[in-house]
Amino acid sequence: MSALTLYDKVWRQHVVKSYEDGSDLIYIDRHLVQEVSSPQAFAGLVAQNRTIRRPDAHVSVADHAVPTRHRDRPLPDGLAARQVSRLESNAERFGIPYIPMNDRRHGIVHVIGPELGFTLPGATLVCGDSHTCTHGAFGALAFGIGSSECECIFATQTLRQKKQKRMRVMLDGALPAGVTVKDIILALIGEIGTGGGNGHAIEFAGSAVRALSMEARMTLCNMSIEAGSRVGMVAPDETTFAYLKGRPLAPSGADWDAAVAHWRSLATDADAVFDREVRLDVSALSPRISWGTTPEENLPITGRVPDPAAESDPSRRARIARSLAYMGLEPGKPLAEIPIDRVFIGSCTNSRIEDLRLAAKVVAGRQVAANVAAIVVPGSAGVRLQAEAEGLDAVFRAAGFEWRDSGCSMCVAMNDDRLSPGERCASTSNRNFEGRQGQGGRTHLMSPAMAAAAAISGRLTDVRTLS
Amino acid sequence: MKPFTTVTSIAAPLPEADVDTDIIFPARFLLLLDREGLGRHLFHERRRPAEGAPPFVLDTPPYDRAEILVTGPNFGTGSSREQAVWALADFGIRVVIAPRFGEIFFSNCFRNGLLPIVLGEAEHGAVMRAAEAGEKVSVDLEAQRIVLADGAAIGFAIDSYRRRALLLGLDEIGAILADDAADIAAFEARQKAATPWLHLSREQLSHFDDLRTSEA
Repeated sequence: MSALTLYDKVWRQHVVKSYEDGSDLIYIDRHLVQEVSSPQAFAGLVAQNRTIRRPDAHVSVADHAVPTRHRDRPLPDGLAARQVSRLESNAERFGIPYIPMNDRRHGIVHVIGPELGFTLPGATLVCGDSHTCTHGAFGALAFGIGSSECECIFATQTLRQKKQKRMRVMLDGALPAGVTVKDIILALIGEIGTGGGNGHAIEFAGSAVRALSMEARMTLCNMSIEAGSRVGMVAPDETTFAYLKGRPLAPSGADWDAAVAHWRSLATDADAVFDREVRLDVSALSPRISWGTTPEENLPITGRVPDPAAESDPSRRARIARSLAYMGLEPGKPLAEIPIDRVFIGSCTNSRIEDLRLAAKVVAGRQVAANVAAIVVPGSAGVRLQAEAEGLDAVFRAAGFEWRDSGCSMCVAMNDDRLSPGERCASTSNRNFEGRQGQGGRTHLMSPAMAAAAAISGRLTDVRTLS
Repeated sequence: MKPFTTVTSIAAPLPEADVDTDIIFPARFLLLLDREGLGRHLFHERRRPAEGAPPFVLDTPPYDRAEILVTGPNFGTGSSREQAVWALADFGIRVVIAPRFGEIFFSNCFRNGLLPIVLGEAEHGAVMRAAEAGEKVSVDLEAQRIVLADGAAIGFAIDSYRRRALLLGLDEIGAILADDAADIAAFEARQKAATPWLHLSREQLSHFDDLRTSEA
């Protein structure tokens, strides 16, 4: 057998059977269930009188539709209340765990999966949510699926899939001060485009990846989908094992030792060949800001708003012009002069304890600008409690931030936290699509440190220059 | 699922890149629990243009009856929401033609009787011109061929399994349960022996025993 990649190995270990057309029936070990993509899947089971094959392989939690304040009161939005209670009743009916919004284990699916140790190296994990690629940070084969595929997982614990091509992104060099993993992934997407990873499963490798914490690796893999790939993986190593050891659902005792030995064997073989290789020297990066309406449209904060007139390709010119019209930006304006109205620190990309520590460090002893409304939304109750134990909530509150309960919040405009038309937001989330944070809202993507700096100065700001 | 064979219709041109699933089906409508009747929220913002702006292509006769949509690259990029596909299908769209698709959107199409076709630049350009001219376009899945009004035929590639599933309107879950149940059970037994930690023990699952009583 020829040399194998991490992706090849995890795939091969999950092939139930291979079909003549080259597709495989893949076994799915873990399924995270949320309120938005599951109701139709559960309804499909009921309509066909089908059951859940392995109730122990699913964990459910409502994250998208839940409000992030006044959690002691009934949900103000009737539709949201109905959606959340539907998940709870479906979980009850089919016998899978449901984590209520006021539980200490509540949070965004992609934050709590790892916290629980539900996410494991070498496992296959899916969720009806495109940012499921986050879990690839552990060396899991994890990808987002639609509701019909959720129904298929419930009923069969399998999916019929064709293997993707293999792509490696080599990240080398040391990150300069003020530059974070968010800037790496934005730079990569800027380089290869939102379709750059289409048809490929990405493996992130190189010295810069080895140096990243687990939480930073999750931020990296989280935005693989923004580069067009459903899958982004990092080979498990000592950092991974140290993170997982002692987690409630992680193996323990003799199982732990056997698991670690197995996980060590998953790394890509030295002579394995990828269909595509991309290299990026992270030591040359600056903090980055998105200026348009796709994550690809981002630049170093030291840059200027692009001028469509300078673009020779007519379709690209039209694309830039459309983005600038939606974003209300003039060509040539320095990015660091763009005033903002709102700041959102949160989302499955950047709501973990390290993100909040980075932001709090920038905020400490300073005040949110008078024209800005800023919120911090911890990704889970666990993150919130940890931050409160460290006094980070006090730092944010003293500066004028609101401190919220866990949820997807302002990353997706389907709960109370959203932008009004024309409002401009410095956001640590993952998508700057038209209307993503609210109808007519304008999103600039950036790291938690950069969002914190923007909150203080009231405009997009190079965190390295904040005196 | 309704079988797909051929579609002959005028094709609505949407020559834009990166039409993401938030544009196709804005997030606030994801609070609905249904998969039927979502066509009324399809392209919700685009279909309510500012005063004086031209109406959206799907509200401009004759394209309001189009069953084919021809778009720029990266259509359906973004979120996994299958509502984007349900809404297109409910509106009456049966085929989407683009140079490239968002991957989750692409696989969601096949589970709902919608055919996404990837074409190269020249072929895509020819279909887009036919769409803009308001000409009828025929899509024949059996023959894997698009025929334009002038008789020009354009072949397209499609995965053989997905083609068959669309042609038959296959219930994939039913097929797996009927044909592969023994293989799945055998796999589970092998896996439980080789990597037991992938199956949560009763003791581990007891972590959730207090879910109904605890408060943060």
